[in-house]
Amino acid sequence: MLSLIVNRILWAIPTLIFVSFISFVIIQLPPGDYVTAYVAQLRHSGEYITELQEAAMRQEFGLNDPLLVQYWRWISAIVMHGDFGRSLEWNMDVKDMIWDRLGLTLAISTLSMIFTWIIAIPIGVYSATRQYSFFDYIFTVFGFIGKGIPEFMLALILMWLGYAYFNMDVGGLFSRQYETAPWSWGKFVDLLEHLWVPIVVLAFGSTAGLIRVMRANMLDELGKPYVETAYAQGFTERTVVWRYPVRIALNPFISTVGWALPALFSGDIIAAVVLNLPTTGPLLLKALQMQDMYLAGSFILILSVFTVIGTVLSDILLAVSDPRIRMA
Amino acid sequence: MTQISNTMSDPIYDAVMASEEREMPPLAGEQTTKEGRSYTAKPWTLIWWRFRKHKLAMASLFFLIFCFFSALFADFISPYRPADIDKLNTFVPPANIHLFHDGKFQGPFIYALKRSRDPETARVIYERDTTKIVPISFFVEGPEYDLLGLVPTKIHLFGAADKRQKVNLLGTDSLGRDLFTRLLYGARVTLSAGLIGVAFSFVIGLFIGAIAGYYGGLVDALIQRLMEFIRSVPTIPLWMGLAAALPIAWDPLFVYVLITFILALIGWTHLARVVRGRFFALRNEDYILAARLAGASEYRIITRHMLPAMTSYIIAAVTLAIPEMILGETALSFLGLGLRPPVVSWGVLLQDAQNLRSISLAPWLLSPGIAIIFVVLAFNFLGDGLRDAADPYGR
Repeated sequence: MLSLIVNRILWAIPTLIFVSFISFVIIQLPPGDYVTAYVAQLRHSGEYITELQEAAMRQEFGLNDPLLVQYWRWISAIVMHGDFGRSLEWNMDVKDMIWDRLGLTLAISTLSMIFTWIIAIPIGVYSATRQYSFFDYIFTVFGFIGKGIPEFMLALILMWLGYAYFNMDVGGLFSRQYETAPWSWGKFVDLLEHLWVPIVVLAFGSTAGLIRVMRANMLDELGKPYVETAYAQGFTERTVVWRYPVRIALNPFISTVGWALPALFSGDIIAAVVLNLPTTGPLLLKALQMQDMYLAGSFILILSVFTVIGTVLSDILLAVSDPRIRMA
Repeated sequence: MTQISNTMSDPIYDAVMASEEREMPPLAGEQTTKEGRSYTAKPWTLIWWRFRKHKLAMASLFFLIFCFFSALFADFISPYRPADIDKLNTFVPPANIHLFHDGKFQGPFIYALKRSRDPETARVIYERDTTKIVPISFFVEGPEYDLLGLVPTKIHLFGAADKRQKVNLLGTDSLGRDLFTRLLYGARVTLSAGLIGVAFSFVIGLFIGAIAGYYGGLVDALIQRLMEFIRSVPTIPLWMGLAAALPIAWDPLFVYVLITFILALIGWTHLARVVRGRFFALRNEDYILAARLAGASEYRIITRHMLPAMTSYIIAAVTLAIPEMILGETALSFLGLGLRPPVVSWGVLLQDAQNLRSISLAPWLLSPGIAIIFVVLAFNFLGDGLRDAADPYGR
């Protein structure tokens, strides 16, 4: 068990290096570099910079060094000092800008994942034990529709419905009067009133998918002899279903928790842009549009790192829950 | 066990025999021909027979064929050009086609548009004037175009008989451009981006998946790692990062190809996984061993013996990958990082519907989104049907 955990964590290290390198390459991709942008900014505000000064600056920041050296400098600053570089657009340190938004992104993603599970598992079990029943068909249709509707479409439709029929503004996370107010009970309630929209938007698609997966897993398990044995021993249906096949059918869920994270982050970005949420999405989009690459790269790096950690955690969870994997 | 069932009566055996005896006589003639047909039928015929039973998948297939044809003949079907601006016709609501006026059959027509201004907000208000009808006629002359890029012509499928009137089936946008026309032209870009992106990822995925599955061992472990790396990066941020790095000033066509390539860079892992899994399953089949013993080269084994056995699976996987590509393209364009105007794609069209103000003012701007949902659903149904049909052990 311990060796498996250590093994997984060790495997995560090259993955982390890989994703950090990819993030750095993305930072480097647009033409021009930090100094080009910085000089343009200075010139814009009326200062005079000669070519020579520009070259000296490049030398000072080490932008003439090979890519790998620059990458090493960038990543070691992050790992050693938590220094993500500077955002040109906002003229702030990146590290001061991202943590608030990351917290909200994580909160929304986690909440919608829990929401997905709470809804998808009972429905999946129901659909499998009552196969071809009326509600099974309803949920099947729902599952397909959920797969077909992109997040931003759902967000737009909810926004339109909210506006046209309920006369409310479903965008944002807070009402206007609470936006800058300090935390209070009223602000918390206000947050809950707004939070359900992004959670529904994010959970909709994954719920639909998970119901299908859960149903298929359960159908595989329900036909096996051990289920029949349990029935033969006189347990009630509820005991049989929830104590044995559900536990096995849940395995694929646990192993895909890690994969669910990137999907949630991706969905969050688009939904957040539409719904105007103060999460990572809109800021990342803005950073990319402005080619504010240190900010954008940091976001991509951190989101990827969370994903890798999530994958490792789900692998370990899977080993804990399934002796067949633990012992192998 | 066999001895027992020979000497003693086996209830299951008896039941099977009895049911066969009960059912056989009346159907005997028909049964043998049908059985005989399915014994001699080629694998593809069998798949087609199984697929045909899938009603939803068949309907989706026809729907998609219809969509692709509409996209191909967009310039013929649409009454206008996608970039035609009409300043006096902005935010016109969709026109309903009627057949009867005052209880009399008139042929297809729409009611004329009455334009007035809100006295308080000075906003333009459109109303349908139910006394004045605008007949729609077919094969009318309109803006010139080259049919399929070859035949210069002016004939459009339909249009207002009266040249001064306009038929805006799905309404118009903020510049008075006909949304129906733009939707059809956008279908060209969006649908083909899906196909081209899948083609890219198909080539990469097939190649790498085949290598991993055929050689196994260290090569497989390395490729598995690589795929895990790629999948551990959140898709949309990576797409966004790569797409944002494309210079805006480049030729739109070139950007389009690059965007599809970026989509494929991540999409190939799913296909590679399918191919790899099939290769693993097939590698230990007896007939592959037989081919190897007969001295067939590796290339021959892969191309002549293994690939044909997995084509159906690959086709199903490819079909299921297309909607992912379409959603990716629309999401990127919607965010303003993918294709940009003047290119018309469904994602670009949806950019107009990005904020509450325009949605509340002109909800019909959401129609490209409805089109996306239908096309994605159709591809999913089609893929599911193909997958079921391709599985020889299925029902």
